[in-house]
Amino acid sequence: MPKDVREDASTEAMITATGLTKKYGDFIAVDGVNFTVTRGEAFGLLGPNGAGKSTTMKMIAATSQRTGGELVILGKDPNTQGPEIRAHLGVVPQQDNLDRELKVWENLMVYGRYFGLSRKFLKGKIEELLEFAQLGEKRNSKTEELSGGMKRRLTIARGLVNEPEILLLDEPTTGLDPQARHILWDRLFRLKEQGVTLVITTHYMDEAEQLCDRLMVMDKGKIMAEGSPAELIKKYSSKEVLEVRFGSDNNAVVAEKLKGIGERLEVLPDRILIYAESGEKCLEQIVKLGLEPVTSLVRRSSLEDVFLRLTGRTLVE
Amino acid sequence: MQVRTEQKMTWTGAAKLVDPQVSIRFGAFFVAENRLRNMAKWWLSIIAFGLGNPSLYLLSIGIGVGSLVDSSLGPNAIDHVSYLTFLAPALLASAGIQGAMDEVTWPTMEGFVWDRTFFSMNATSITGKQIVSGILMAAMTRCVLQVFLYEICLLAFGAITWQSIPILLLVSATAGFGFSAIMLAFSASIKDDDGVFALVGRFIITPMFMFSGTFYPITSMPIYLQWIGWVSPQWHATNLGRALSYGSPVETWLIVIHWSLMLVLAVIGITWANRVFESRLAK
Repeated sequence: MPKDVREDASTEAMITATGLTKKYGDFIAVDGVNFTVTRGEAFGLLGPNGAGKSTTMKMIAATSQRTGGELVILGKDPNTQGPEIRAHLGVVPQQDNLDRELKVWENLMVYGRYFGLSRKFLKGKIEELLEFAQLGEKRNSKTEELSGGMKRRLTIARGLVNEPEILLLDEPTTGLDPQARHILWDRLFRLKEQGVTLVITTHYMDEAEQLCDRLMVMDKGKIMAEGSPAELIKKYSSKEVLEVRFGSDNNAVVAEKLKGIGERLEVLPDRILIYAESGEKCLEQIVKLGLEPVTSLVRRSSLEDVFLRLTGRTLVE
Repeated sequence: MQVRTEQKMTWTGAAKLVDPQVSIRFGAFFVAENRLRNMAKWWLSIIAFGLGNPSLYLLSIGIGVGSLVDSSLGPNAIDHVSYLTFLAPALLASAGIQGAMDEVTWPTMEGFVWDRTFFSMNATSITGKQIVSGILMAAMTRCVLQVFLYEICLLAFGAITWQSIPILLLVSATAGFGFSAIMLAFSASIKDDDGVFALVGRFIITPMFMFSGTFYPITSMPIYLQWIGWVSPQWHATNLGRALSYGSPVETWLIVIHWSLMLVLAVIGITWANRVFESRLAK
């Protein structure tokens, strides 16, 4: 692609939400959020269960209608042009909804047919997708014979059959083992390199850090913060974090004595987090006070700390 | 160190590759195509069950009881035809209803609850209404095939004439259409099976089969049981089939009622199903 075209494309808004709201009766699932996703970006919705991520995702997927605000996807209104928008989206739902009766390649074929793609085109596309998903050897297997990771990869491959302009991934690695997660991240990274716009919901901070250019932290239907992972960490956390454990019964009592050490203190049921420029120095100060933690760990700040700071809660509870 | 190289995917992009109008126009056919592909996996079971039950009735009641009826009451005692000929339209109606119904009940549970495949269809351009139409198209394909195969069996036993094959096929398929549309809406309304379909089988399908003038004219039953037939597409199709295949005497107005009721059931069923599908998919 010529350089100038890519530069123009990079500022093109693929999704624009203004005061986007979704209510179920009296319950407000998404409460007037504003955001924009541009072409080629990997945009993440980060938040705990019930934060409103999946509801936001369903509205972007043009399957659930908003109850307030504005939403423009690919220049169209999802409330009135749902099928037109969905024709150009790829969706990877939270729960794999593959067709159990059909073989791996058939799942890709029928899904492609829903977009009105010809069998001739799909024949070639399926081979590419099977290679991409590393499922070539399983092409004739029924989906119930696949492992969790394989099913997930097939669901992602299926979401790519129409070469979507935007790929929506709702908690793509939930329930997968670490190895399967890394394989998936690798596949998603390749898509990003290919120029596909990704919108990802997750409650895993490492996933968000690995995959997303920009994040929107959500809680209780609202946006708590927005920015790149590095920006968010810089803005809402310190450079390092010292984690110390004094035993579940003692943490709260000891925390009183630790006041003044570091920039900020968070007391969790199982440990105390001390946010500081240097974790090692804080640990020295604690030892000088005559306190001996059962365990101590110095690490760099993460999105988990950002979330804790913003909401007072951990991401995975 | 081994570096793995992979070919990049060819990528035209959906904006150029996918014309939304194709799915907007033909989406229901793509859904039907999927269902037919699914059905093809089960073709042997479908034929065995589809023909098995009615064939048992054909042999035991049609030929077994039929020979007893014919020998006791005379060869043309009921409707001036043999008992087997009298029974044939009812068996065909039953095959049509059963064939279409099997294709809308379990697959609907699969689509909404077990595999959630309807949600994956709806993630593409396919709408809830198109899923309803596609499923009914596939159900009617099965219904027509099942009835036709059964007609061949009945023809072999001399129960029907070859001239009556098209009209009996149309009548039985219309009964299957009306009933399956209602059952599709009903199936889409339930959150989990919990034995609901077993109850439907015992308390709706079986009584409908037994009390709809299947084995004897509905007028031979006490009046307090006849209403089951009046509301049942099985009776309407049976009576209509008898009238149009071998000329059983049925008033014109009743023929109009028979056709109308089956079609009204279809319209109610489709309207109800469209509503349930659209609302359930949007959640």
